[in-house]
Amino acid sequence: MLERIAEIIREQLNADGIAITMDTSFEKDLEADSLDLFELVMTLEDEYGVEIPSEELEQLTTVGAVVKYLQDKGVEE
Amino acid sequence: MLNGKVALVTGAGRGIGRAIAKALAKEGAFVVVNYNGSQDKAKETVDLIEKAGGKAEIYGCNVADFAACGEMVKALIAQHGHIDILVNNAGITKDNLLMKMSEEDFDKVINTNLKGCFNTMKHLSRQFLKQRSGKIINISSVTGIMGNAGQANYCASKAGIIGLTKSAARELGSRGINVNAVAPGFIETEMTGILPESIKEKMKEQILLGRTGGAEEVADVVAFLASEKAAYITGQVISVDGGMAV
Repeated sequence: MLERIAEIIREQLNADGIAITMDTSFEKDLEADSLDLFELVMTLEDEYGVEIPSEELEQLTTVGAVVKYLQDKGVEE
Repeated sequence: MLNGKVALVTGAGRGIGRAIAKALAKEGAFVVVNYNGSQDKAKETVDLIEKAGGKAEIYGCNVADFAACGEMVKALIAQHGHIDILVNNAGITKDNLLMKMSEEDFDKVINTNLKGCFNTMKHLSRQFLKQRSGKIINISSVTGIMGNAGQANYCASKAGIIGLTKSAARELGSRGINVNAVAPGFIETEMTGILPESIKEKMKEQILLGRTGGAEEVADVVAFLASEKAAYITGQVISVDGGMAV
C-alpha cells in the first residue's frame, strides 16, 4: 500500500523524486500546508472509497499514520 | 457569460435573492432556487426564469440547519456533478432596540444570516477545492459596515459575514476560488417595505444618489462577481448602496 500512496503523494504535493517512507512527515519533510493535506485526503478518499472526516485530519501527520488509518478502515492494498 | 455553470442561491424566493437568481439564469447559469418558508414564492422565481428562457429548480432547506445544508450540497452534486457558484443571500430580520431584544431573536438572526453562510460554505468548499474553482458571493449589508439602531442582531450578522468572507478568501485563494461580499444599501424589497415612512425618509437623506436601489442593481453586481470578468477580485466587500456608506 505504501508504494501506491507514495505515488499519490508525489503527484499531489509535487514531490517528484523524494523518498517517501512510513516516517515521512507531511509538514516537515514535504512542506505541505493544511490545505495540501486536506486535498490529499480527498484524493485518497476517491482512490480508496473511504470517508475521512475533517476532524480526523489532525492525527494524520505522517505517511505511516495515513497507511494505518486506511488499514483500520479495512483497506488492504 | 455563465453558460454551463450551476449556481445555488439561498433565499431566492423573493427580494434580492430572486433578482440574483434571475440575473444568473439570464447569463446562462442553471440556478438552484433555495427557499425555506414559502415554496410558492420559490416556484414563482423558477417560473419567471423559465419564461425568460432560463433554467432553474427549487430546493427547500433551512440554511440555519447544518446537517440539512450538508444534505442539500450532497444532493445537488449528485444531480449536477458540479456546483460553480454559491450565493449566500438568505436572511431575516427581527428588529428591536438592544434593551428590548430577546435572546431568541438575536440567536435566530445570527443562525440564519451568519451561520447559514458558514453552513453552505463549509459543505461546498470541499467540492470547490476538488474542482479547483468556484465563486462564493455572500450578501452582507450597508448596516454591517455602519451599524443601525434597532438592528443589533442583523448588523452583527452582516458584519460577521464580512469577516467570514475575508477569511475564506484567504484560505481558498491559492486554489482558484473567489470569495467576495456584496453590501447592499437601502433596496426596495418586502424586507425594507415594512419600515415606517419616517425611517425610510431619514435613510434616503443619507444616500448620495438621493434614491433607493432596486434588487436588480444588486443582482447585476453579483452576476459580475460570479463571472470570469471578476476573476481577479477576491476578499472584497462591494457596496451597492448609492453612496450611503462613504
